[in-house]
Amino acid sequence: MSAFDAAAPYPARPQWGDRPSAAAHASELLSKRIVVGYGFWIFLLSDIVMFSTFFATYAVLVGETAGGPSGAELFDLRNTAIETACLLLSSFTCGIASIGAQTRRGSWFYGAMTVTFVFGAAFIFLEAREFADLVAQGAGPTRSAFLSAFFTLVGCHGLHVTAGLLWLLTMMAQVFAKGYRADILRRMLCFSLFWHALDIIWVALFTVVYLMGVAA
Amino acid sequence: MLGKLTWEAIPFNQPIPLFAAAIVGAVIIFTLAFVALKGWLPYLWREWITSVDHKRIGVMYIVLAMVMLLRGFTDAIMMRSQQALAFQSGGYLPPEHYNQIFSAHGTLMIFFVAMPFVIGLMNFVVPLQLGVRDVAFPTLNSVGFWLTATGALLVNISLVVGEFARTGWLPYPPLSELTYSPGVGVDYYLWAIQISGVGTLLTGINLVTTVLKMHAPGMTYTRMPMFCWTTLASNLLIVAAFPVLTATLAMLLLDRYLGFHFFTNEAGGNVMMFMNLIWAWGHPEVYILILPAFGVFSEVISTFSRKPLFGYRSMVMATMAICILSFTVWLHHFFTMGAGPQVNAIFGIASMIIAVPTGVKVFNWLFTMYGGRVVYAPPILWAIGFMVTFVIGGMTGVLLAVPPVDFVLHNSLFLVAHFHNVIIGGVLFGSFAGYTYWFPKAFGFKLHEGLGKAAFWFWIVGFYVAFMPLYVLGLMGMTRRMQQYDVAAWRPWLLIAAAGAAIILVGIILQIAQLVVSIRRREQLRDETGDPWNGRSLEWATSSPPPAFNFAILPRVTGGDAYWSQKQRARQLAGLADEPHYVPIEMPRNSATGFICAFFATFMGFALIWHIWWLVAVSALGAYATFVVFAWRDRTEDIIPAEVVARIDRANRSIRSEALATLEAPR
Repeated sequence: MSAFDAAAPYPARPQWGDRPSAAAHASELLSKRIVVGYGFWIFLLSDIVMFSTFFATYAVLVGETAGGPSGAELFDLRNTAIETACLLLSSFTCGIASIGAQTRRGSWFYGAMTVTFVFGAAFIFLEAREFADLVAQGAGPTRSAFLSAFFTLVGCHGLHVTAGLLWLLTMMAQVFAKGYRADILRRMLCFSLFWHALDIIWVALFTVVYLMGVAA
Repeated sequence: MLGKLTWEAIPFNQPIPLFAAAIVGAVIIFTLAFVALKGWLPYLWREWITSVDHKRIGVMYIVLAMVMLLRGFTDAIMMRSQQALAFQSGGYLPPEHYNQIFSAHGTLMIFFVAMPFVIGLMNFVVPLQLGVRDVAFPTLNSVGFWLTATGALLVNISLVVGEFARTGWLPYPPLSELTYSPGVGVDYYLWAIQISGVGTLLTGINLVTTVLKMHAPGMTYTRMPMFCWTTLASNLLIVAAFPVLTATLAMLLLDRYLGFHFFTNEAGGNVMMFMNLIWAWGHPEVYILILPAFGVFSEVISTFSRKPLFGYRSMVMATMAICILSFTVWLHHFFTMGAGPQVNAIFGIASMIIAVPTGVKVFNWLFTMYGGRVVYAPPILWAIGFMVTFVIGGMTGVLLAVPPVDFVLHNSLFLVAHFHNVIIGGVLFGSFAGYTYWFPKAFGFKLHEGLGKAAFWFWIVGFYVAFMPLYVLGLMGMTRRMQQYDVAAWRPWLLIAAAGAAIILVGIILQIAQLVVSIRRREQLRDETGDPWNGRSLEWATSSPPPAFNFAILPRVTGGDAYWSQKQRARQLAGLADEPHYVPIEMPRNSATGFICAFFATFMGFALIWHIWWLVAVSALGAYATFVVFAWRDRTEDIIPAEVVARIDRANRSIRSEALATLEAPR
């Protein structure tokens, strides 16, 4: 506060934040929900930049099979289609879970979160099985630069989904233990943003790696 | 049980690192014992280590930077003395040790001196300048700081346990691949940078959100001080560039740990892809460092010229132009890759174009000083020294941006001279300017002026004596990173350069003396009013040091140079505004999350370096548990009662009321 300031005490604006507060600054600054959501968007952008690095590397190395198998010989579009379906459906159920949390309807929240987890876990299972099959056929990441780039790009997305599943379970436990508190709802907002962002990355991955890989 | 770690990791047979480690260890133990005996540990824990206050975290960043500066400078002295001695002889540093020293020097100076220094300044100043009470995510801020400290710690552990990388400050493959660097040195580098890089990314996200979304009422974007704009640009670059670094180093890690083939010579790996990726981060990194320094100079020059910054809008445009252009020039770091004349020409021209907005900035600073009443306090000395030095560095940069010239000078000492010219003359001088300028705000007393000026002169003279010979040596064909040489004509220049390093050493000793003397004489140097330099932006509107909540009532901003106009208005009204109505303030609670998280990160990094897999798992679990505990907190904020706010603010008002009589007339 500046002592030289000419203004009288600021009239409190109507609260459009996420929680009632007696504190002076809450009414004058943007609500926490907006700030947290904005910050998380910035994080997601940085994450997308990281994926773009792996995408660019994949694009450079896609032809470097070193005499080993290429994508056209390895990829199984049926498996990938099921994976895609799992992930897209899980995004839909994640959206339902968000609405359930906002409207504080436990059955919707827990139910939709559980279905999201099941779809996410199915995705991870299918991906792990695909990776294991590839390694078993001698097409592991150490075989060629192309396979290194493939395993890294797809595996990085898989790691994100796995981390998301851990977050999902923690989120459910937290709502169960603490209820629909404002800060927990903000975390739920971030979680759903994260989950949808993983979907967007998968769409790019599905197209660039699998569809273009099989077509080539 | 302990992976690759055995007693052989400790260099008992090498006296120099062992001796250095013993000294560092002794200093650390002595400091810890001193702190513990004085009974300061609870205070440190409560007020600093667990603090989520942006001011405290900013100060800790700068302390880290200064300590690491001493370590990095020791490496510099060793290199300069080695090259002074190693004419037709081996000198005193064997090659494998010398290679670690230049690698550690670059790594420390960029990641653990320059980065924490500018991030510390941004952290401390930006919320104050925006007129708010903290950054957007205070606990995240603490996590970011402690992860940076973890990285610094890992680099320093490598001094005693194992070895550091011998691959330069950027570990170029194939040298950095397992085949050619089988030791743990490169792993130390990689994990230290990965962990601190996560910390930097968190800070970047935090500060971008702060500058864009946290404002005092009326503080619109075009009323923000220039330092906030350069902070925004710098942190946007962090958000866009650091993920590239993380991904690139992750690929090198996969090559080394799991036998992938990203950058190997075999199985289709592509070495030049590493150069492209690392510089796609590395060139923006240069601007991540220099843009905040530009912001400091803008504040300092305007304050000490007693004038608003000349060409504010063109300055904003130039800053954002540099922010974007910095992503379009990375290839000039390896014109010799042989991408062909068209590609090289495009990147050469793009590199030269960056000189245009930079030139706009230099002229704006000159025009700010022109016609002003310039007060030659230490901060503006650094600023003037910067303008002279940086312009020279910028011009040698434009020379290097000409591809044919670069083919001659690539990897020569000319390049080394160029980047030290811009990093010391720009980033470091900017950091020192900011340090002297904002020190009274942080601690409530000024730094000793005479010693500050003396330190400046030794630094700038030492800089020229140390680095101008390197330009000559580069033109004479001396390449960088030479452990020994037998060209007689180089010797005199290397001796001069070593003398320059000694002059800089005197400057550093004077800076330490300045700090000690200022602390002892703090009563005479006390800043009573909170506005010791007759400042223009809002950080000077609160007391020094500011209360935890920064501002009792958020300031109303009605134009640029917010505090200057408030002062002039108060002067016209011949008095302060009426006392505001004080209300309780909510502040985020302290949290040990950052510290504990970094504790686990340190063990995890160490375990990954030495392949101690069970410890990796335990640390990962610990870090996850820390976050869960944090997320389970019920009270996230403390309330400061209105009476306390009123008492603190009334004291500040009464001092300012007296100071009003001596305020300068508006110009």
